[in-house]
Amino acid sequence: MTKYLILIAGTADEWNDADPSDRERWHQDHVAFGREVGSAILAGEALDGASTATTVRRRSGTVQLTDGPFAETAEQISGFYLVEASDLDQVVKWCTLLPEIYSLEIRPCIRIEGLTD
Amino acid sequence: MIQPIEAVWRDEWGRLLALLVAQTRRLDLAEDALADAFERAARAWPEAGVPDNPPAWLLTAARRRILDRLRAEAVAARKQPLLAVEEGQRHGEGDLLRLVLLAAHPSLSEEAGAALTLRLVLGISTADIARLFLVPEPTMAARLTRARKKVVAAGVPLAIPDDEVLPQRLETVARVAYLAFTAGYAPGSGADVVRADLAGEAIRLVRLVRATGRVAEGNAALTALLALMLLQHARRDARVDAEGALVLLPAQDRSTWHRDEIDEGLALVGALTGGSRYGLVPRPTRPAPEGGVALVPRPTRPAPEDGVALQSALAAEYLLQALIAAEHARAAGAEETDWLAIADYYRQLEALTGSPVVRLNRAVAVAEAGDLDNALGLLDGLEEALPHSHRLPAVRAEFLSRAGRHTEAAAAYDLAIERCAHEPERDQLRFRRAALRLI
Repeated sequence: MTKYLILIAGTADEWNDADPSDRERWHQDHVAFGREVGSAILAGEALDGASTATTVRRRSGTVQLTDGPFAETAEQISGFYLVEASDLDQVVKWCTLLPEIYSLEIRPCIRIEGLTD
Repeated sequence: MIQPIEAVWRDEWGRLLALLVAQTRRLDLAEDALADAFERAARAWPEAGVPDNPPAWLLTAARRRILDRLRAEAVAARKQPLLAVEEGQRHGEGDLLRLVLLAAHPSLSEEAGAALTLRLVLGISTADIARLFLVPEPTMAARLTRARKKVVAAGVPLAIPDDEVLPQRLETVARVAYLAFTAGYAPGSGADVVRADLAGEAIRLVRLVRATGRVAEGNAALTALLALMLLQHARRDARVDAEGALVLLPAQDRSTWHRDEIDEGLALVGALTGGSRYGLVPRPTRPAPEGGVALVPRPTRPAPEDGVALQSALAAEYLLQALIAAEHARAAGAEETDWLAIADYYRQLEALTGSPVVRLNRAVAVAEAGDLDNALGLLDGLEEALPHSHRLPAVRAEFLSRAGRHTEAAAAYDLAIERCAHEPERDQLRFRRAALRLI
């Protein structure tokens, strides 16, 4: 089994400007996803808007905080799921349950000896 | 003694690799071990003689090598059980399809998928794949390494997906095969012979995949693609003259076309179109009216009941291209070509793809069918879509010259010559410009 991070990207406007009925449908998509994937979801959160992001960099001993995310792009990461699956096709299949307004990026997690179990 | 090993390599590489990958789930180990087994065979067989069952010999050698490597990796052999394979057992077809679907997975770029498929399924050397795609060998080696790593790290499954997804996956395989074929079919340069060979490998790939089972055999995109490739590949010997220069279709010696391949291609096309064109139904003499249903090849009959030709847009695209190739293949001589039919297929293809290049080809077919006015009209607005093309002004020049508008034709030739980067072709354009009788 491999852990996969599903990064959910979308534009905030798309969600905020949508009809309440659309939002309700997308919400139900997440519910269906949760029901189908069940305990294979190890974690999952919705993230607050990119405008609330703080970037931390440490250079020559000083800590620099910057307002905003790494990159200013139209699509921003708005949430994630961490799931466990046997292969990529399984994750892709689950992803088709999520609202189709998203772009999803699937990344396998690496196991690092001595750091994770 | 070299001959049998090469033949075994050709016939058995993909099947044996599929089996080893299925058993070990280790793409890297399996590929190395199989290459190593073939190397051993190349040394051992000339002295000891070819074994009774070459694939079984190779499989045993490769599995021994894998076990060695697993031990060396300090993985307990018990945790990686290698299944015993009975000799002569019918196996490998499902495994082979799994391997094909792994190598041509849609999560890989099409180019990477094509290269990996040629390497894994057909066992073609990295050097030959590099030549096919016109990149240096180290570049191709790096590309293959990245693709293998992606397959392993991303967890691309060695599995045959559900029936809902399988047709779509087979279409990815078709795209990958077509990409390999067109790379091999690219005209011109000195490596022609090798590349014609590799274009043949793309055909072998589709044949292998279609032989894996009913779903693959019934996949319209794969069938149409096989027909298209056979009909084009059948002309390979006529495409280059003794000096290695490209021979265009009208000038080709049709007696050197491979008739058996053409017959097979025509039969496949006939199967997809319900035989309307190639069976007993008389050929219509007029093209379909503008705006007719796009995907049905002949307008005189409704689509076949089972709608095979309509299975997908990709299948329709390959089928229409195959139908065009079929018209050329059927004509006894260039002047007997049914340009009306070809123009109509291009019309449908344009409706399907919206491609400006298809529109340009359509214009040529319409002109060949004798309708110069319409042909010139079809070129209108193409300049925007093909701003750097030398072929567009060259085609326009040809049409204008035929229409007797020599001054305009000369100007179009000038533009074509200015844009053309290919010296022999530029000479040809200069020659044609000079041949205009300027009044």
